[in-house]
Amino acid sequence: MATGESTFAPAAGAAPLPRMIRAQAALETRMLLRHGEQLLLTVVIPTLLLVLFGGVDLVDLPGDGAGDSSRVDYLAPGVLALAVLSTAFTGQAISTGFERRYGVLKRLGVSPLPRWGLMTAKTLSVLAIEALQVVLLTSVAFALGWSPRGGAPAVLAVLLLLVAGTAAFSGLGLLMAGTLRAEATLAAANLVFILLLVGGGVVVPLDKFPDPVRGVLELLPISALSEGLREVLRHGAGMPWGELVLLAVWAVLGLTAAARFFRWD
Amino acid sequence: MHSEPAVKIAGLVKRYAGKTAVDGLDLRLAAGQVTGVLGPNGAGKTTTVEICAGFRHPDAGDVRVLGRDPLAEAAALRPRIGVMLQQGGVYPGARAAEMLRHIAALHAHPLPVEPLIERLGLGSCGRTPYRRLSGGQQQRLALAMAVVGRPELVFLDEPTAGLDPQARHATWELIRQLRTDGVTVLLTTHHMAEAEELSDEVAIIDAGRRIASGPPEELCRGGAENSLRFTGRPGLDVVSLLKALPRQSTAVELTPGAYRVTGDVDPQLLATVTSWCAQNGVLPHSLTVERRTLEDVFLELTGKELR
Repeated sequence: MATGESTFAPAAGAAPLPRMIRAQAALETRMLLRHGEQLLLTVVIPTLLLVLFGGVDLVDLPGDGAGDSSRVDYLAPGVLALAVLSTAFTGQAISTGFERRYGVLKRLGVSPLPRWGLMTAKTLSVLAIEALQVVLLTSVAFALGWSPRGGAPAVLAVLLLLVAGTAAFSGLGLLMAGTLRAEATLAAANLVFILLLVGGGVVVPLDKFPDPVRGVLELLPISALSEGLREVLRHGAGMPWGELVLLAVWAVLGLTAAARFFRWD
Repeated sequence: MHSEPAVKIAGLVKRYAGKTAVDGLDLRLAAGQVTGVLGPNGAGKTTTVEICAGFRHPDAGDVRVLGRDPLAEAAALRPRIGVMLQQGGVYPGARAAEMLRHIAALHAHPLPVEPLIERLGLGSCGRTPYRRLSGGQQQRLALAMAVVGRPELVFLDEPTAGLDPQARHATWELIRQLRTDGVTVLLTTHHMAEAEELSDEVAIIDAGRRIASGPPEELCRGGAENSLRFTGRPGLDVVSLLKALPRQSTAVELTPGAYRVTGDVDPQLLATVTSWCAQNGVLPHSLTVERRTLEDVFLELTGKELR
């Protein structure tokens, strides 16, 4: 039997679930923060957009020359939406795609951490990165003279929009990561990021597009998120139910498809 | 004390896109022992391990790991088994010690991480990201990850493939220690010496079937009892050597420059071989009288063609 000297004597068992999920979420967050290209997408690009377009008259934005609504009031909600897109969709798709490719998901699949625990940890880590992004981007926006509308109800509406957007983009990102090859995911996730940056009401107002195109673009999750945030933060609107419902539909579709088609190796 | 086998595989079949990887395999792993699963590339070793670890559905047959179904009861099994995959399994940006500490944190009573890192010679690269570790260091990290949770049963899929001799011996020592401490080990390998050195039981599998099994010394008994091996320059005329030998002897060049004489190996036969060498101007680099090795058994059973 085991003695004090005996090093490998079996003492098998899973750690308590909260400890496993906390450890996994902390590791995932460290991996994302350590990844240079990810930070380019999640931090550098949104900040640059905010500073460049907010500070310099490069494109014709609503709010130009208007009395009470500055350029940054238009830009800040869109850039917050872009931050969610970059982390929950692009970043998560690429990192999960490569984790699948490098056998990380397979290896964790035989650890005591259940799959739903791994997914919970991934979500927590996405939310942690988003919190950092929101703090950074709102600080920059305030420095540029941002004056958002609304009080506590606006904060609640914004939080609900961010969570619904995160769910919608996570589902789509995981669907991509779990079905395509890692290289294809890398290319497609970046391409989608750029397309949605241009066509999702982030910097370019949707009313610049011709009507039929605009009708389609308005159904995209990024448009729902950026327009919803803009309604609340710029125009002081109440709870943006239309946008929330649209995001919830995307979330259900994306997460259901991801759960159905995700391949772990 | 260990009556119930740790792993029981009966009639296992697994096909990939019409190609049969495992074809009616039967295998039992005695608890607390090291079982070596030996076979050429493509014999079905990895597929078997992956089914036992709950990665894949068998197409037919019954698999019990620690008395449980590896898929249906995966949640109960996972904390009790350790798995070393052939490749990968680690975040490319994770540092070696960081990843090991993480796997330890998923277990209730893990081994202390630092001594394990030292033991496997990973101390100097604890802060190196996984993608910059050498192949051998990645292998040793994967081994450490398989044992850090203090499992009852460990699956090691070719744990020494590509290791240098020092690292191989460190791995062998660790496997011996696992056995001493009561851990059941399934070890796949295509190195005969490794299977012979470490295993209580060896199962030789080929084309997805078990073709022989037993303790290594039993497998090596039987058949050609004695043989005399020598090495010299390649291409010696074994036919002329055979003519000098008593009837019922054989003489073959196993690989270029490696010769084996079998038959009634006695002092007379040894003298015959050495005088034939003298007549032919051959100075053997080595000359040994030996019993069959596991390699002989393996090559006899699986054939010598490369595949």
